[in-house]
Amino acid sequence: MERKDYKSVGKAYRKKDSMQLLLGKPLYVDDITPDHALVVKILRSPYANAIIKNINTSIAKKVPGVVDVYTWEDVPKKRFTIAGQTYPEPSPYDRLILDQHVRFAGDAVAIIAAEDEKAAKKALKLIKVEYEKLEPVLDFHTAKDNPILVHPEENWTALCKVGADAKRNLVASGVDSHGDLDGVFKDCDIVLERTYHTKAYQQAMMETFRTYTEMDRYGRLHVISSTQIVFHVRRILSHALDIPKSRIRVEKPRIGGGFGAKQTSVCEMYPAFVTLKTGRPAKLIYTREESQIAASPRHEMEITVKLGANKDGTIRAIDLYTLSNSGAYGEHGPTTVGLSGHKSIPLYTGNLEAHRFSYDVVYTNHQAAGAYRGYGATQGIFALESIVNELAEQLGMDPTTIREKNMVREGMKMDAYYGEMANACALDKCLEHCKKMFDWDKKYPVRNMGNGKVRSAGVAMAMQGSSISNVDVGSATIKLGENGTYNLTIGAADMGTGCDTVLAQMAAECMDCSLDDVSVFGADTDVSPYDSGSYASSTTYLTGKAVEMACDDLKKQICTIGAEMIGCDVNDVIFNGKQVMTEDGKKSVSITDIAYKTQANSKYTGIGTASHSSPVSPPPYMVGMVEIELDLFTGKVDIIDYMAVVDCGIPINPALARIQTEGGIVQGIGHTLMENVTYDANGKPMESSFMQYKIPTRMDMGKLKVEFENSYEPTGPFGAKSIGEIVINTPGPAIAHAIYRATGKWYRELPITPEQIAMDLMEKESS
Amino acid sequence: MADKNVNNAIDLSDLGLDTITETETEFSIGAMVTLRQLELHEGLNTYTQNAIRQAVCDIVGVQFRNMATVGGSIFGRFGFSDVLTMFLTLDCDVELFQGGIVSLEQFSQMKPDNDILVRIIVKKTPGQFVYDSMRNTRTDFPVIACGVSCVNEEYRFSIGARPGKALLLRDEEHILKDGLTENNIRNMSKWVAAHTPTDSNLRGSAKYRTHLIDVFVQRNLIQLRGE
Amino acid sequence: MEIQITLNGKIIKDHVEPDCLLIDWVRKHGCYSVKRGCETSNCGLCTVFMDGKPVLSCSMLAARANGHNVQTLEGLQEEAKDFVAFIADQGADQCGFCNPGFVMNTISLLRENPNPTDDEIRAYLAGNLCRCSGYEGQLRGIRNYLNHKNK
Repeated sequence: MERKDYKSVGKAYRKKDSMQLLLGKPLYVDDITPDHALVVKILRSPYANAIIKNINTSIAKKVPGVVDVYTWEDVPKKRFTIAGQTYPEPSPYDRLILDQHVRFAGDAVAIIAAEDEKAAKKALKLIKVEYEKLEPVLDFHTAKDNPILVHPEENWTALCKVGADAKRNLVASGVDSHGDLDGVFKDCDIVLERTYHTKAYQQAMMETFRTYTEMDRYGRLHVISSTQIVFHVRRILSHALDIPKSRIRVEKPRIGGGFGAKQTSVCEMYPAFVTLKTGRPAKLIYTREESQIAASPRHEMEITVKLGANKDGTIRAIDLYTLSNSGAYGEHGPTTVGLSGHKSIPLYTGNLEAHRFSYDVVYTNHQAAGAYRGYGATQGIFALESIVNELAEQLGMDPTTIREKNMVREGMKMDAYYGEMANACALDKCLEHCKKMFDWDKKYPVRNMGNGKVRSAGVAMAMQGSSISNVDVGSATIKLGENGTYNLTIGAADMGTGCDTVLAQMAAECMDCSLDDVSVFGADTDVSPYDSGSYASSTTYLTGKAVEMACDDLKKQICTIGAEMIGCDVNDVIFNGKQVMTEDGKKSVSITDIAYKTQANSKYTGIGTASHSSPVSPPPYMVGMVEIELDLFTGKVDIIDYMAVVDCGIPINPALARIQTEGGIVQGIGHTLMENVTYDANGKPMESSFMQYKIPTRMDMGKLKVEFENSYEPTGPFGAKSIGEIVINTPGPAIAHAIYRATGKWYRELPITPEQIAMDLMEKESS
Repeated sequence: MADKNVNNAIDLSDLGLDTITETETEFSIGAMVTLRQLELHEGLNTYTQNAIRQAVCDIVGVQFRNMATVGGSIFGRFGFSDVLTMFLTLDCDVELFQGGIVSLEQFSQMKPDNDILVRIIVKKTPGQFVYDSMRNTRTDFPVIACGVSCVNEEYRFSIGARPGKALLLRDEEHILKDGLTENNIRNMSKWVAAHTPTDSNLRGSAKYRTHLIDVFVQRNLIQLRGE
Repeated sequence: MEIQITLNGKIIKDHVEPDCLLIDWVRKHGCYSVKRGCETSNCGLCTVFMDGKPVLSCSMLAARANGHNVQTLEGLQEEAKDFVAFIADQGADQCGFCNPGFVMNTISLLRENPNPTDDEIRAYLAGNLCRCSGYEGQLRGIRNYLNHKNK
């Protein structure tokens, strides 16, 4: 294990933007763009499946202040995807800016551009639409091969071979396996089969979707958007608007949270279309309701998992089938499903002789799903970790013992993970550490607290990846400025995660300077080096490595210039952050003088730049343990303590890694206990505001304690792996486990509401 | 509020109705008194053994409680109202601009009209008060709200968020006449649950609500007994 | 209608529509720290002080603030600075979008109750949602600030 004492890496620095954020400076899309922009509003379909027979905009257009109203007849007819993915995207090309066929309650029907909000809202009410209502596909169990097609259109296409077939309502379908599955199952003492169900949770980032567009001084479309993926947005807009990419510039300011929601280009196309049509600045701010009903939530999944084991708890075979609901459009459908198997099954590599992972992803007339932190792994891990807990309870084994026996350990080859090696894996240490910190042996037994309340505990493990192997690109450019300070330019997106700071810490470490000497800028398609963007747990791992490489590039230049200046061979000098000098220290030149040299009579740029892709996606690992107090009469579950130990390799900034973990855990608690998604008869989500969609308050999450176990990932920068996504994966199975311990009932559908618990307990008592 | 057209708004905020006046015999609570004022008022909370604080402290947040008024909450007679549920357990009248003084119980059953609520009068009739509610998340609307009191030796059961507006029941069948024995409490809570109409909405089913009424009446009576 | 509001110490006379919300009015006057997060009074992002008390500016008409004293984080920079540094040390600012409302309400808490317990902090700030931080880091920050102050 390569370790050394670092100056900047491994330190809990404040985020570079923290004081600006905390003091409320104007930094977000709506703060920094002009108020006089046209207000853009979207008329949305009340029906889940309908054809627009007639649409009359003439009255709406007469409203004073209304500039124009656009319908499906006005937009380009080439289909595209709004999923932020590397080209060619695995997601199908099934979207138009506006379509004559609307496919979910909330689908866009018309775009209104007006001088002010009032006029736009008035016009919304005055557009007359005649719909031909069609029967919708609302049950994802019946979607595959349903005679009703969500996408009957002939110009639907899929660029990648993902098993998609619009004529069968299939967004993707596939299977992979290793070993003699049937043979091993036959030989097992116990075979359990269970089905688990998770919902289409909303990211519910505090800043809703929003985009500002204008024509810039060169007559190009300039887009300022709250996005995680500036480069993908540029390409998506070029497809949607049918204009060259060279005519588009996309930048992001500070982003008020993303969690994957802003890895889909949910709203950029509407104001962009308005600006192209009118030549005027335009702004679209989604309401919270739009962010709840026409956004990019998690894929609802139903996962059936079959587990084969011996009586001694040896887990030998896993068969996992996922049915995923992509909703009306296919964004991220083919890829999220993969993680439900590929990032759950490998946790049990220890004794695994055979596995199969198969899946179908279907279209329905629900709101289209997208990317949400965890990206399918969360759903898969809820299923697999729950069934392992069921197995342990059935065998009368301590659930931590069964994990110790079967978990993946460092040096193992993970057959269910593309055959990758677990080169850095401290999962065993995470479990041991968490057990001790949590006092598992004392808290695992159910304790009656009197007054109808019991306390119990649950456990789960998790993994994720670090970037998409062989696909994602991380890039960085570092420029030497006077005084030996640096400008780091990136295309990755700090959405509150702190990646600007984390990447700057790495640059400071490489350049042997202070963190304050590194300024960060990102992201802007005109300025930043190409980066796929911040998603798939890629930024620290991949862009971080690119920072290291770019710094190497620059250091070589610095040494070359310095060597020239002091008149010796480049191989005979060293750079110590302040000066280039000969190894004996007799001759030296300062970094300031080297910097000035690049500005006078120079052939050197003083710029280092690098792009990086990884052939592997090293998993971070985690163990979470929860203690709950359950009211046997009301069914209310109070979290007492949630403790977790994470192996993210070497944490570059331990404070930020900890906050990421705490935030992910609380989101997971929300999904498990309070955030529900139900639909009205038209297929519209009932939880259309924060009055109905209840994310946890600070009174609902108990106490958190997070610590780390380090491993050293050889392919990561300074040994780092990812942290952003894995942290959401343990609460579902751990809390469901604790609830089983308290009630004797396994809940296999999330969320688990007090009502369900209370009613089940009542039934149990009366029977 | 963001989406509503407001043409005429009458602002009562500066008419001096934003104070709580305490005398030997009663509290006079102006209609513009905020929920936060109720929460912090020493006299009211001493008199109700903190039941009022308990009733309002989970309503959305401090900022909201600094704006929401007791008048608005009671005049609206909203189903989810913790405030109406709580005040029905008190010996309490309301003063209407046109309708004069009527009991809160009577007012709660009147249809909304254009009259204006001026103040609420809480009489300091000796009593004991307990309030509790079930909420799916801490600051959410209640799934059920339950106030129990014993005022002048009369037991009162006020059930809100049924989800219909709060309903006041009394011990009509004298189930508790021999005191708060375990058995009597159980019978009383069953009786209240059986005599309170409930319905279903997003936050809970009618059946669950009926079950919760049973649970909370029981728990509140036990707390009232003082154990 | 004509209104007069003292915004961060400065008297502003303005003509507003009767349905103008206080949040839109303060943003129009340059107070961009005030954010809209939900439109249903649930998130606390739009917290401002009216006559020193925290209220939700998304749920209040500008007209209701007529004649009153309104403060936003723009006007409380000095009072905020000391304490928010401790939030920054935890990395609990995260995306920052909820920060102004959270900071405003914390200022109000500390004015009312200079030495709150952890439970009092949680209860007072319950109406301030945050989706990033998981809240625990915000609590640690406030606790560290109080410990520092009481040293």
